[in-house]
Amino acid sequence: MEKLLDVQNLQMHYFTSKGAVRAIDGIDLTLMAGETLGLVGESGCGKTSLGSSILRMPSPPGRYVSGKILVEGRDIIPLSEKEVRKDIRWQKIAMVFQGAMNCLTPVYTIGKQMMETLNVHKEVPKAEAEALIKEYLGYVGLPAEVMTRYPHELSGGMKQRAVIATALFLRPSVVILDEPTTALDVIVQAEIINLLKKLKAQFNLSFIFITHDLALEAEVADRICVMYAGRIVEIGPNADIFGKQGPAHPYTQRLLAATPRLFKKVEKLQFILGTPPDLIDPPKGCRFNPRCDRAFARCHEEVPPLEEVEPGHFAACWLNSHS
Amino acid sequence: MAEVLVHVEGLKKYFEPHQTLMQSIGSNKAGKVIKAVDSVSFDIMKGEIFGLIGESGSGKTTTGKLVMRLLKPTAGLIQFDGEDVTKLDKEGVKEYRKKVQMIFQDPYASMNPRFKIRDVLEEPLIIHKIGAAFEERKKLIVKALEEVKMMPAEEFMGRYPHMLSGGQRQRVATARTLILNPKLLVADEPVSMIDLSTRAEILAMMKDVQEHLGLSYLYITHDLSTARYFTDRIAVMYLGRIVEMGKADDIIDHPLHPYTQALIQAVPEPESGKVETIKELPIFGEIPSPANIPSGCRFHPRCPYSAAECSVDPEPELTAVDASTGLGVDHFHACKRWDRLKKS
Repeated sequence: MEKLLDVQNLQMHYFTSKGAVRAIDGIDLTLMAGETLGLVGESGCGKTSLGSSILRMPSPPGRYVSGKILVEGRDIIPLSEKEVRKDIRWQKIAMVFQGAMNCLTPVYTIGKQMMETLNVHKEVPKAEAEALIKEYLGYVGLPAEVMTRYPHELSGGMKQRAVIATALFLRPSVVILDEPTTALDVIVQAEIINLLKKLKAQFNLSFIFITHDLALEAEVADRICVMYAGRIVEIGPNADIFGKQGPAHPYTQRLLAATPRLFKKVEKLQFILGTPPDLIDPPKGCRFNPRCDRAFARCHEEVPPLEEVEPGHFAACWLNSHS
Repeated sequence: MAEVLVHVEGLKKYFEPHQTLMQSIGSNKAGKVIKAVDSVSFDIMKGEIFGLIGESGSGKTTTGKLVMRLLKPTAGLIQFDGEDVTKLDKEGVKEYRKKVQMIFQDPYASMNPRFKIRDVLEEPLIIHKIGAAFEERKKLIVKALEEVKMMPAEEFMGRYPHMLSGGQRQRVATARTLILNPKLLVADEPVSMIDLSTRAEILAMMKDVQEHLGLSYLYITHDLSTARYFTDRIAVMYLGRIVEMGKADDIIDHPLHPYTQALIQAVPEPESGKVETIKELPIFGEIPSPANIPSGCRFHPRCPYSAAECSVDPEPELTAVDASTGLGVDHFHACKRWDRLKKS
């Protein structure tokens, strides 16, 4: 399989007046052609920061500190903004931002907003552009007349479809989806997931699917990457994490145990005490140690490396470590 | 048999459309009445957690606001402890609010950022003129904070909301409702804005409080998974009506109404082996506008099992299923063809 994306030792920090927030702190990640990589973790674990870093647009005051982001072998970090716009952003990598469907301008029609995206990147005659917009609305299951509608005339599901169509416009190979269904009702969510799966096959896409909902990842992601406090703590195939074997890292285990199950009634749901750490001054050693009930001396001192626990399944925990 | 705390019967809330500028100059026809809640009946028992489930636009939040008397019903009856509360005047509503309190969805927006936690909790006491001096009120504040396990209470009293996590804020929000000694808490999506890892913690806390104080909850949510864990009984709402009602386990293990079945099938489960599959959902299209409710069974245009009889009035009423079928006791559905559906 072809490696579309190769993130190497990436560090991206937010430089605030209180100090550097180490939101992305040493991440290695690859995305293969045709793959859906699920990115999970609590809020503040760096999922969205990683997504926007890969798009070469960390939100201010974020800056790259070290590492490489190789897109088809080319490092995009040193590129100029002009080059990124011309070759990378929306052309190779697109993103559906969290809450994007609620950020559509209320004063423009859907067609006009889609046209804007197109014009920023390409010069296309108006008639051709309109035909293209209609074509893409069709791909996401919307009638062509949506072009002339304003956002308030559409339901949440329809707006999200329009946002997805806009992301696909310039035929990217990678689409980063940040909580694309979080604000939607469960039936609409299932429909959007179905749509994404169809589009993925139709356009040979690869997805990075960001959500805090492990149950949803189980339905979409080939591999699951669990982030905690700016680092990857576990990454492995869907069948391992959600199968008989289960997760290897205590954080993933606790996260899964805290996910309510519809068909399995439990007397007491489990939860994880405390909150993710302050990333200006993260805990020494394993960053999960203050919340981990299985932490021992070494966890407080040394950072556990990602080690292979099963073929293709890695976890960063001293409990599983052989070294 | 448990005692009834809240009795709701034939409850309706219709919103009249505002006249727009275009209408006032006569160029547009008048808007339609929005039937947000359209004849809803249910009981909440003492010490019970009653769940109201539905999608956006189902009328679940409006129903909660009606029970809170934040809205005045268009028609129907709400009895609280045997007393009709639909016709209360302003003073009566104020008294009523001591008994019925609400926990809101957004713990970030429901607290004044300039108030310390002490002030957040003291405000309801001042409004209702409880406690002559601060010392007296302080005792109640400490007690409420300890009830939600915000300890040491004295320390938290001096903090501002921004210094707390989402989970802690929802604890404070719960303490704020408890301080007036209510009998019923209306909780509208209390955990949907809270991280998954903390959601269970908040629900467990709310359940402990409920059991300890013998409260009743009206739990409003779109999330069936937490509802199964948290509630005793569930009513499923669709477009302003209850389409199915029963014990939480019966509803989820033996859903009878096609809408409930679709809702259940749409819920993701954390199990492997589903990445390659496209979920077949037994439902069509999107929820229609409550200004334009379909004839007959209001679900029929979206129902894969609908037949000619379904589009004809009268609308099916909630009917109890025969207990001998093994589908549960006190299990109600509003579907004419429920016994001819394909079982999921």
